This record gives sequence, structure tokens and C-alpha cells, in this order.
Amino acid sequence: MTIYDSAKRKHPAIEELLSLYQYRDLIFQLVRRDLVARYKRSVLGIAWTMLNPLGTMLIMVVVFNHVFPGTENFAAYVLTGLISWMMFSQSTSVAMSSMVWGSALFKQIYLPRTAFVLSTILSAMVNFVLSLVPLLFILIITRVPLRPSIILVPFFMILLLAFSLGVALLLSTITVFFPDVADFYPVVLTAWMYLSPIIMPLEFYREILNGILLYVNPFYYVMNLFRLLVLDGVFPHLRTWAAASVVSFGVLVIGWIVFCKKADTFAYHV
Amino acid sequence: MYRPSSSEPQNDTAVFLDQVSVRYNVPSENIKTFKEYVIRTLQGRIKHNGFWALKEIDIDVKQGEIFGILGRNGAGKSTLLKVISKVLIPTEGRVWIKGHISPLLQLGAGFHPELTGIENIFLNATLLGHSRDEVEEKLDEIIGFSEIQDFIEAPLRTYSSGMQARLGFAVATAWKPDILILDEVLGVGDAGFRNKCKTRMQGFTDSGATVLIVSHSVDTVRELCQRAIWLDHGTIQVMGEAESVCNAYEKSLGL
Repeated sequence: MTIYDSAKRKHPAIEELLSLYQYRDLIFQLVRRDLVARYKRSVLGIAWTMLNPLGTMLIMVVVFNHVFPGTENFAAYVLTGLISWMMFSQSTSVAMSSMVWGSALFKQIYLPRTAFVLSTILSAMVNFVLSLVPLLFILIITRVPLRPSIILVPFFMILLLAFSLGVALLLSTITVFFPDVADFYPVVLTAWMYLSPIIMPLEFYREILNGILLYVNPFYYVMNLFRLLVLDGVFPHLRTWAAASVVSFGVLVIGWIVFCKKADTFAYHV
Repeated sequence: MYRPSSSEPQNDTAVFLDQVSVRYNVPSENIKTFKEYVIRTLQGRIKHNGFWALKEIDIDVKQGEIFGILGRNGAGKSTLLKVISKVLIPTEGRVWIKGHISPLLQLGAGFHPELTGIENIFLNATLLGHSRDEVEEKLDEIIGFSEIQDFIEAPLRTYSSGMQARLGFAVATAWKPDILILDEVLGVGDAGFRNKCKTRMQGFTDSGATVLIVSHSVDTVRELCQRAIWLDHGTIQVMGEAESVCNAYEKSLGL
């Protein structure tokens, strides 16, 4: 029989990993629930996930084409930026609110505390994969050549996942103690979006203070890989990979440890 | 501070609590927002009032024992259950549990209205820590017990509250726990279903499960338990034979 002894616990970050592995089937069920609940009652179902970024992209291209005329592959540029950004911003926002739903359960039964945050990020990743379909469509009709570098996109996705999960864990920890952070976060996201090269061309940011906005922006390191692989069709330099990996896994490790250390006190607060 | 006492869990121990205390930090002013927190911190005006929900609890429940926990609302019964079921890590003290504990889940708390009955069974059971294979093994039995075979493919939002409660109960009790917590859940459904629940619980206790009965009614405790505690203001008032604990508790209520 299994024995639980509160006097003999491992480091919370390790304990959480082990417990998450035991509950792996739960993660799958939670992701499934998110997707089914999202698509079941809508007429167009999965199509919305593909149409939404496409529609936003169209608006942005029409608007900003006048501001920045003559940008190369502007539609594909905007769309790659948008779907990465949507994955990050939506998953982190939803993860924060998932803690509220989860708190009802945390008070009643034992669960790995990271389960809800992790499953939210994974569901967002599934949506990201779906939105690769309209991207492919735009690449083809705007005649952007598909080059072999595209096979490395899964590695970019792992980094995007790690980065989003790390940020989501940090934010969720804060939200448990201060729920109003969830109200403030959309404002931060809007500012962050315009400070990142998502809609406006990279050149625009390079000209501001020698590109400082890019170097201090952790999201840029991750997203830049996506454009290098898909639009520029080059195999990024090892240093580029290293920088992106350090940023995303650094955020993940910090977020994981902070979250797990505070997780014991969640049941006292939420 | 917690000083481990000389006692250790024995071979036949199922639940062992040593000097367990739980302290809730209640801010003297209710600070709920980050903005307020920053302002108050700058002013140096945050004070916490400690509130001991449990204070130095020692319990040693043996395997196969039926153990009662008596007390009024707010006496610390639910906090005690949370500590035992790993939901709350005690502020001080040691909790030692041998075996799998039945869930305290409020019926239907883990359900999703858009999912079908079957999907909700999988979701709810994995929330309780069971694997997919374990669920598939018990699926027919769960559906049978809940008596909603005909609607099992319909979304949960179409269920009556009685049906949802039955489904929740069927999932929660599909696996035999080593330690069963009865927290006045038996008021589910009609008389027929209540009887089925009782039979199932009886089966668990007959096969040697340890049972913790939480109640504010002395009748249940008197009828079923061998030993009991009476909890008030987070401390154990009396521990011992169920009969004498019940008597003391009744006396305090002025009955």
C-alpha cells in the first residue's frame, strides 16, 4: 500500500513532476475537455480556429500596408507573427482563469497543481497546429517558397510551449494571491504585442534605439525562429537556437519552481 | 514549533496524525487586490491575525476501524479531512496515511456540462487519480450503478441534478478505497438509490476498509463507530469509546 508521509517530502518541484506523471491520463482528459467544449456547440467548429487568425491578418495587412508599403511577404509575415502571439497570449490568459476553476477542486481533492495550467497550454498548442493550415494556404497563394528548413518547426513549437508554460505558471501563482492581476494582464498583453514585431515589420523595430526593443523582449527570441524557418527558409545559426532555448527553458524552470514552492499554500488562499 | 513526539505509526495504523496544526492567515483587513497590497505595504500597514483551525491534533486510527469525528460547524472537521486527504499541507506536525483514500469531491464538482456522461466519467475518474485503463475496466459497472444507461451519450447539461449526483457517486465509489471518508453524502437520490449506496459502503467496511465518519449527529456515530473524537475550536475535546464521546458531546450541547 502506498504511504503518504508529510514529514518525508521531496523538493516540491520534483514532487510535482512525479505526481504529474502519475496523473498523465488526467492531462489528456483535460485537453480533450477543452477542445470538445470549445467546438461542440459552434456551427463551424474547428473552422473558427483557422478563420480567426486569417481574418485578423487580413485586417492588419489592409491597415498596415498603407503605413509600411512594399514589405516583402507581408501577409505571411503578419500571419506567422499573429498565430504565435495568439498561442502565447491566449494560453497564458486562459491559464490564469483556469486556476479559478481549478481552485474549487484544489480545495476538495488532491491533484497535481500544475495540471490545469499545463493542459491549458497543451490545448492552445493543438489550436496552434490547426492554425498552421491557413498559414500554409497563405504561403501557397502568396507564392512564398517552402524550403526544407520548415521541418524544424516542431522544435520552435517546443520552445514556444516551454515559454508559454513558464509565463503561465508565474502568472497563475500571482493570480492566486492577487486576483486583480488577471484584470490588468490584458493591458500588459496589448502593450507587449505592439512592442514586439508581430504586425509591424522588423525593420521598424530595428531602427528604434538600435533595436533595443527586440533584444530585451523574450518573446522575440522565440518567435523569430518561426519566421527564419518558414519565411526566410534558412537553418538558423546555433547561437540563435541557443538564445531562444535559454530564454524559454529559463522562464519555464523559474516558473515551475516558483509555482511548486507556492502550491502548498494555494489551498490556504483560493 | 513542531517537535516529533516519541510515537510512530504502528504496523496496523491507517491514519496517523502527530501534533498537527493548521493556521490560516487572515489579514486583519481584507486585502484582495494587488493594488491595495502595494499601497498598504508602502504604508507598512499589513497585519495578519493567525487563526488556528486545528491545534496539536494527535490521532491514530487502526486499519479496519470505524472512527467517528464529531463537532459543530466550524469546529475544524473539514480542515481535518483536508489534512488527511492531502489537500492541505499542515502548518505544523506530521500526517502519515497508509493506503488510498476515498475522495471528498462534492458531487459533480469535476463535471463539465458540454461533455457526455461517458466523457464525464473519464474526466471525473482521472481527476480522482485513476488511469484510463482503470476507468475502462470499471466503465460498465459505473454506468450500471448510476442507472442512466439510456442517457449516457447525452451531454451532462441535459441531466437532472439527481442523475448528476448518481453519476458522481458511482464514479467516486467505483474503486474500493483503503480509507473511506463518509461526510454526510448519503442524502443522494431516492430511497432506492440511497439503499444501494449504503450496501456499497457496507461492502467496503466488511472487506476491511478503514472508515472515517464525519458528522454532527451523534446517532450515526453511536450506531456505527467503535471510537470517536469530539472536535471543538480546532482541538480534540474528548477522544475514546464512541459511546462516551457521544455522551460528552451531547452534554455540551445541553441535550
